[in-house]
Amino acid sequence: MNTLIVVAVILLGLSFAYRWGVATSRKVASTTGAKMHSRYGYHGILVALWCAIPAAIVFVLYLVFEPMIAEAIMQSYLPRAVAADPALTADAMGRIRNIASGFGASGEIPAYQQAAANALSRVSNTAGLATIALAAAAGIIGAAMARARITPDLRARNFVEIAVRIMLIVCSAIAILTTLGIVLSVLSESIRFFTYVNVFDFLFGTTWNPRFSSTGSGGQGEFGLLPLLWGTIMITIIAMLIAVPIGLMSAIYLSEYAGSKFRFIAKPLLEVLAGIPTIVYGIFAIFTVGPVFYEIGKLIGLDIRAASAFTAGTVMGIMIIPFVSSLSDDIISQVPQAMRDGSYGLGATKSETIRRVILPAALPGIVGAFLLAVSRAVGETMIVVLAAGNSPVLTLNPFDAVSTVTVTIVNQLTGDSDFASPQSLVAFALGLTLFVLTLCLNVVAIYIVKRYREQYE
Amino acid sequence: MTTSTNTVAAEGQPIAHSVDEIERQAATAGEGVREHDAVFQTVRRPFEVPLVTKIDARDVCVDYGTKRALHHVSIKLPEKAVTAFIGPSGCGKSTFLRCINRMNDTIENCVVSGEIDMEGEDLNDKSRDVVLLRARVGMVFQKPNPFPKSIFENVAYGPRIHGVARDKKHLGEIVEQSLQRAGLWKEVKDRLDEPGTGLSGGQQQRLCIARAIAVSPEVILMDEPCSALDPIATATVEALIQELRENYTIVIVTHSMAQAERVSQKTCYFHLGYLVEEGPTETIFNDPREERTRQYISGVFG
Repeated sequence: MNTLIVVAVILLGLSFAYRWGVATSRKVASTTGAKMHSRYGYHGILVALWCAIPAAIVFVLYLVFEPMIAEAIMQSYLPRAVAADPALTADAMGRIRNIASGFGASGEIPAYQQAAANALSRVSNTAGLATIALAAAAGIIGAAMARARITPDLRARNFVEIAVRIMLIVCSAIAILTTLGIVLSVLSESIRFFTYVNVFDFLFGTTWNPRFSSTGSGGQGEFGLLPLLWGTIMITIIAMLIAVPIGLMSAIYLSEYAGSKFRFIAKPLLEVLAGIPTIVYGIFAIFTVGPVFYEIGKLIGLDIRAASAFTAGTVMGIMIIPFVSSLSDDIISQVPQAMRDGSYGLGATKSETIRRVILPAALPGIVGAFLLAVSRAVGETMIVVLAAGNSPVLTLNPFDAVSTVTVTIVNQLTGDSDFASPQSLVAFALGLTLFVLTLCLNVVAIYIVKRYREQYE
Repeated sequence: MTTSTNTVAAEGQPIAHSVDEIERQAATAGEGVREHDAVFQTVRRPFEVPLVTKIDARDVCVDYGTKRALHHVSIKLPEKAVTAFIGPSGCGKSTFLRCINRMNDTIENCVVSGEIDMEGEDLNDKSRDVVLLRARVGMVFQKPNPFPKSIFENVAYGPRIHGVARDKKHLGEIVEQSLQRAGLWKEVKDRLDEPGTGLSGGQQQRLCIARAIAVSPEVILMDEPCSALDPIATATVEALIQELRENYTIVIVTHSMAQAERVSQKTCYFHLGYLVEEGPTETIFNDPREERTRQYISGVFG
């Protein structure tokens, strides 16, 4: 089936159904002479909907049952030896599918696989054609029935309203369910990982040495989370040490001191920083910032590695500045003018007012903004992949190379690796750790920000 | 040059109906015309016993960009008395009030011209230290605006930033005294650590008054201090104003005619940026000379 052609046919069919509905509606209006409850367009949409829904149901049924049928067919061709072993069965079925789809398979193809593939492609071709025919028939019948129901009293407008609502519900359900699905899959894979490695060894282990994996061999490495977590925390701390003061000060300047003209220009400029892709920051870190730090270190007699926690943290801090600044700016602007007036009215200067009234009043919101920034720093990947040095050892020296949770996930999943080995599965456990970490930070931050917003409403 | 012509053009429209009247008055009063904008003459009603003047504002104009909000206002504010500013919304009474402690400085493109003389010093002089001025001329706002701090810290704020208190004990004394003067001490003395925002509206407003008193100002400006309060809280604040009059020069902007009549000794009626009539409160309310004053006071418009 060529997808493009299918889409074109569907669109054509739907627009035809729509036209049909509109035309019928006009005819009904002119023959009966009665006032139509809904405008012609609504009748058209209703007919198109009744065309689309039955056809869609047929397709969904096909998608649901196709794998079952295919599996049954393939099963019947498998030799007993293969069918007895689930791993071999899965492997063989994958190969058969690849051969049937014309994609091909590597190595020698056993006769039973070729035969199964032939049968499979024959059946799936017929099934596909049958489905298209069925769907078309269902669509036509649906449209015809809907068309027959067009009368001046038909409340097409209200039905369309219901259809719109259902569509919106389906869309939001997809968004929510996908998130849920990701969480569940990460969770289940993590649990699988913990069948290989003890949870406590993972959480409190101080050595990260996963070794290499290869199919079949049960090579066990050490999966201690702490070096990675500490790397993440150290880089985050460095980033926050840079982003928080600069971001907060620039927010104060923008919201309290700057004239409206300057603000008008400066704020979007600052926000442009937020739009730079993180990989660009990474390149900047590794080619510019790292060498500069190395040279400075040589000058003052410090051993600063070019790729180090310090380099990655600094650049990440720069990346987060606009985030902190823009959030804090919003929060500071939300402090009511009455607070400022009250303070100025007592003879406070601008900086006294900011220090003693505005910042304390905005503090919860600013803390919330910081936590959101932290959760961004924790999840940031590209900068640390390039500039942190990728050395998963526990160290307190920020000028040493470190590794982070995100970097390790990248390392464990790139290259040729067996996805069923603990070496790959650990990525899920790491992802889960990261997810729980940022989730907690976000929940706390959102709670704080929300409570703060209510304070002045 | 362009701005001044713009100003005249912009304001010429809305006040046109009153110009005839004004010129007639100017003619009867027998006074000359200073400049085309200043044809307007405020009707000034005399006091039987003249009061001591605390603040003498002369020819104050306020412009927001090209829009003139206040036209050549001259007022003498009596010492240790309450002066009420009344008039419909947008008449410039709050704008004038905010000139007295230079709060208009905090508004972008707001220009105040003229002289505001307090005991021989021009408050409107650009070289003046507004921070010190505002310690001498306190302000209470329309909506109670306690800081999100404890009751104690709210009152201690002013003394702290001005370094008034010698030590902690002295600061405590100042806070207690201010709260007592604001009539709030009895209600809050056991919960000075609680947030000021947790008090009732009327208590919050008295807290703001205590906060203003704490830096021992000479003048207290009140911008519709009771408009966000219920009648009972309003009565408490009004009684407080009466007490404070003994020691402070008070200027109050109000939309309530009854309140102006109750609390003030002098009343000034503003209309469309002009000071229309001013004089002893009793005279203004019982025998307004200006038609618009009479109409506003009797509730024909406003």
